[in-house]
Amino acid sequence: MTHFSALSLLKNALTGQKNWQEQWPDSQPKAEYDVVIVGAGGHGLGAAYYLAKEHGITNVAVIDKGWLGGGNTGRNTTIIRSNYLYDESARLYDHAVDLWEGLSQDLNYNVMFSRRGVLMLAHNVHDVQSFQRHIHSNRLNGVDNRWLTPQEAKEFCPPLNISPNARYPVVGAALQMRAGTARHDAVAWGYARGASQRGVDIIQNCPVTAIRRGPDGAVEGVETAKGFIRAKKVAVSAAGHTSVVMETAGVRMPLESYPLQALVSEPVKPIFPCVVMSNTVHAYISQSDKGELVIGSGTDQYTSYSQRGGLPLIEHTVAAICEIFPIFNRMRMLRKWGGIVDVTPDRSPILGMTPVPGLYVNCGWGTGGFKATPGAAHTLAWTVAKGTPHDINAPFTLDRFRTGRLIDEAAAAAVAH
Amino acid sequence: MLLIHCPYCDETLPELEFTYGGEAHIARPENPADKTDDEWRDFLFIRTNVKGPHFERWRHAHGCGRFFNAVRDTVSDRFLTTYKAGEPRPDLAVLLEDAAKKEPSK
Repeated sequence: MTHFSALSLLKNALTGQKNWQEQWPDSQPKAEYDVVIVGAGGHGLGAAYYLAKEHGITNVAVIDKGWLGGGNTGRNTTIIRSNYLYDESARLYDHAVDLWEGLSQDLNYNVMFSRRGVLMLAHNVHDVQSFQRHIHSNRLNGVDNRWLTPQEAKEFCPPLNISPNARYPVVGAALQMRAGTARHDAVAWGYARGASQRGVDIIQNCPVTAIRRGPDGAVEGVETAKGFIRAKKVAVSAAGHTSVVMETAGVRMPLESYPLQALVSEPVKPIFPCVVMSNTVHAYISQSDKGELVIGSGTDQYTSYSQRGGLPLIEHTVAAICEIFPIFNRMRMLRKWGGIVDVTPDRSPILGMTPVPGLYVNCGWGTGGFKATPGAAHTLAWTVAKGTPHDINAPFTLDRFRTGRLIDEAAAAAVAH
Repeated sequence: MLLIHCPYCDETLPELEFTYGGEAHIARPENPADKTDDEWRDFLFIRTNVKGPHFERWRHAHGCGRFFNAVRDTVSDRFLTTYKAGEPRPDLAVLLEDAAKKEPSK
């Protein structure tokens, strides 16, 4: 496998870019693996990467019904932040941000992580109180987050409209400087390359139709379109289809799958320096390195597996963006798409063990799974390798919906996030 | 945009008039004190989240304001039927047969 460096770039430039190696082979399944991971998105590929790199488990297959990184990994708005209210969430998401910071070097693959700052706008008294509570809580947890006046927010993000006559005036903002964006496809590709380099098989276009359990209840393997694959450990990382896959193992999940839409504008020169989110008006926006404005908001109101979503939500989102940034009134939108997100009742993920021996799950990220990719993958790999919860993912059990020990970020944010 | 038939108003109207009310036919326990933790979990949090025909509630919020039930295919988002709250679950096999008949031949 070529090590990417300035030298390898130069060498290949001199030979007409004709000698680049394939980054990972399109594998065919073997009869048996130590671990099978269902879902080749950032989370699944990342777990395979950390299993191989940190735990020496390389007899691993990552299986996907479509192509690698073609689900929510390729459909999100690439926002990374860790300013969550509760201690458990702050630790999990901040663990991810720690890993994001060194990820390009670790993978030898440029994931274009950009700490450009995430600005969350407050429009009313409730927002001010809620965000200041978040800021205090974050600082107690060692997560950076600070309060800005409207003038300071405008200085940080010049296109912002802070006129007191706006329909939703900006009365302040919370800023996390360590937060930012990354190139979503590169995350999947980087993990795929790193995992494949260490011996992991990546099997695409191969739907997992069922998880097979033995007479003792333990996992025996997975039924797929390419036949049965034996494995004593199976980790499901299938986003919106998690409940469908888990049902085949006889585990009913506290999940509902909703379409989450996003859209991009035509590319323009650099105008927008950071990420801005407004929970009250309900939209978020940033500018990609290609120049497109990347825009998103909440999920559609109904459950669906259609990967489309309805136009009313797009209208609502664009209206909100024009309200906060009148400068973008005449921008033309290029594309919109939908991904299917699995939402838990408390809007916190389910990460780790299940009641079935040998079955692990990483799901329930709802509308905010991308930011957690390295942290979720890293702690899931630990749990799969050792068969015990990792200190950080331990609170995110499936059992919390029975015990009532919820991590209620839904109530904390009062919107989907 | 979904077009939804309100069984009370007997009109087919745009999605914007309606709010989604989650899975239908989940009955509140008759004797809450008798329920175990597992049963409470199932009642409060576990949903079928089916990929295919889904029994669900809608409310005609900007119309008559009433709740009703619907069967919608969560893959195509197509409504198979809507019916008034309190009416029994329609027979899925019959609904699918009717939908197949209406479908233009391929």
